[in-house]
Amino acid sequence: MSAILPPSERLWWKHPLDRVEGTWIAIALAWCLTMFFMMVGWHIYGKQNLSTETYKTTPEKFSAKAQAMVDKYTVRTETADKIPVVAPPAGSDVYIVARLWNFWPILELEKDKTYRLHLTAMDYNHGFSLQPANINIQVVPGYEHVVTVTPNQSGTYSVVCNEYCGIGHHTMVGRVYVK
Amino acid sequence: MSSTTYRTCPRSGLQFEANAEKLMLANAVAAVVFLLIGGILAVGVVLTRWPAIHWLEADTFYKVLTAHGIDMLIFWIIFFEIAVLYFCSSTLLRCRLATPKIAWLAFALMVIGAIVNNVAVYQGSSSVMMTSYVPMMAAPSFYAGLILFAVGALIGCFVFLGTLVVAKRDKTYQGSVPLVTFGAVTACIIAVFTIASGAIILIPTFLMSVGLVEKVDPLVYRTIWWAFGHSSQQINVAAHISIWYAVAAIAFGAKPMSERVSRGAFLLYILFLQLASAHHLLADPGLSTGWKVVNTSYFMYFAVLASMIHGLTIPGAMEVAQRAKGFNKGLFEWLRKAPWGNPVFSGVFISIIGFGFLGGISGVMMGTEQLNMIIHNTIYVPGHFHATVVVGTTLSFMALTYFLIPVLFKREMIAPGLAKLQPYLFGLSMYFFCLVMMGAGTLGVSRRHWDMAFQGAALAYPWPGAAYLMMGLVGIAGIAAITGGAIYIYVTVGSLLWGKKLEAGATSANFTPIPRSAPTVVAQSYGSAGFAAPGTFMLAMVFLVAFILYYFINWKYLSQVWGLS
Repeated sequence: MSAILPPSERLWWKHPLDRVEGTWIAIALAWCLTMFFMMVGWHIYGKQNLSTETYKTTPEKFSAKAQAMVDKYTVRTETADKIPVVAPPAGSDVYIVARLWNFWPILELEKDKTYRLHLTAMDYNHGFSLQPANINIQVVPGYEHVVTVTPNQSGTYSVVCNEYCGIGHHTMVGRVYVK
Repeated sequence: MSSTTYRTCPRSGLQFEANAEKLMLANAVAAVVFLLIGGILAVGVVLTRWPAIHWLEADTFYKVLTAHGIDMLIFWIIFFEIAVLYFCSSTLLRCRLATPKIAWLAFALMVIGAIVNNVAVYQGSSSVMMTSYVPMMAAPSFYAGLILFAVGALIGCFVFLGTLVVAKRDKTYQGSVPLVTFGAVTACIIAVFTIASGAIILIPTFLMSVGLVEKVDPLVYRTIWWAFGHSSQQINVAAHISIWYAVAAIAFGAKPMSERVSRGAFLLYILFLQLASAHHLLADPGLSTGWKVVNTSYFMYFAVLASMIHGLTIPGAMEVAQRAKGFNKGLFEWLRKAPWGNPVFSGVFISIIGFGFLGGISGVMMGTEQLNMIIHNTIYVPGHFHATVVVGTTLSFMALTYFLIPVLFKREMIAPGLAKLQPYLFGLSMYFFCLVMMGAGTLGVSRRHWDMAFQGAALAYPWPGAAYLMMGLVGIAGIAAITGGAIYIYVTVGSLLWGKKLEAGATSANFTPIPRSAPTVVAQSYGSAGFAAPGTFMLAMVFLVAFILYYFINWKYLSQVWGLS
């Protein structure tokens, strides 16, 4: 029962390794390094890397910028709450406000065009979960996160809040159209 | 010298010091009580997330989910871990426990803290989930309870460290501490780091909840909270891997294949495991790519390397011991002829396989910076941590309990037939539970979400039918696992209350030092091709292939989503 007894050899660190262990350690280390360099390499060659561009913000500052976009590019409204549907030009800065309990406004983007998507939360933490693409980004109050997105398929996407934000959490769903 | 007695257990030969024995018993019983509470709460969680049943109202659900998380992840596990720490120091080193009165104070603080925190949650104003991200605030007593508990646990850690000093000074053993104690030291070091991080962030948050601090930054909170939240799960990893080594020794008389390798792997844990709290921040704003990549990979996956080493050396040690007994035919006779009817062994083996294949592989996926984007905050995450914490830690603790019932509790186990079945029912239904949760998460289903049908939302998203099917299966598997958990509680508590009392063994006023064991021959030449454990190596290769395939499948999946930069 030696794992629960002191090692019988005082100089246990001089013990030779069994070949099973040595081989496995070499293989496992090679795999670990592969995974590490895969992650680094994807930053160079891959097309899906989360931006780290972040600014400190306040609800007032961010709302003002989102409102300016809505005033300029609204094409129609949807649902009984008259949520504006905004179609900003390709390449522009677009804003989604996450707050208790909705994402505002609805964006209408063009396929294969690139946008600078600004995200922040007005109150608590929220989660930006784009479905069915399944892209998930944390939305933290006080921080404006700028993510460059390039939609690669047209269709109707939903933005589900997947960070618990209180009793109405399950009603917090927004929308993005890609044409 | 304080007056205490030492009892030598006639069934195991282990020597228990009277104070340590009582403290282990108290901590283990408190742990089981919180497992019971957490298990009852699990019924509410599972039956609400099962879409066809959708049992609880939203406010009750979030309350129940908060309490379930904290009772299981913190209270059940840490109470049990304190018992394990005392066992690995006082019992394995055959010495008295340092400062038993302070150890009782630690226990009292932990009990009070756990109760205060639970009460705060049930009162309803603290449904903030285990993570309690600011600026969402809980009642002050929610934080105060956690802080009291943490202080108690920290004192427990120092009692453990003090006991190591006592053993050294009293010369109860010669040479180095046993490997299992070394693993417990690893767990303890990680625990001290964890609890300190918890204090750094929970104390200002407590002050904010009573109005003395104006603001705790949400991103700073997340960063430091996870140094507590994730690290606390790393204590579990170190603790349950120590238990695996202990059970290999107890069930097979197995000795570690090489002390150097196993201890080296624990050392890698001490150095790198803590970095993993970055896993939770990969989808966050404000943190640089370099910071994310270095931390989430535990520098360069050195802690994953350590886990892969333990995953080989523990079954490998079992294989070597079995082959020495003559179970030498083919690759797997040693495994076929293992004591599958003994829940101490079966529990640990199911735990090892599930922890590696389900918990380990999925953990690396989530912890890969880019892959995290297709997993973050989906129900894949609880799928992963039920595989690590429930299959890994909880099942190991259950297996160890079956060993402790006659040895520490001095009772004959009631319902041995049920106990025999329990690891299979609990472990295998938990495997399935984790798999279907990960399946639902791959389809995007959110965690911590009351209603996947989005009742009352203007722009509801229709989840695909497969997602509903997966969540239904989560419900069924969850109920099966809870039944398995109930059997454990019945057998443990029942044995404690009604089990036939067993002979305690001779007591003495002095400890008997651990005799020095004769050095053994190193050569382990039972296997084929000069491999001491070829069967285990084969299993490890199966694991590696599964790991590699699944890893690249996820990259393929990621490469199909929107371009992000």
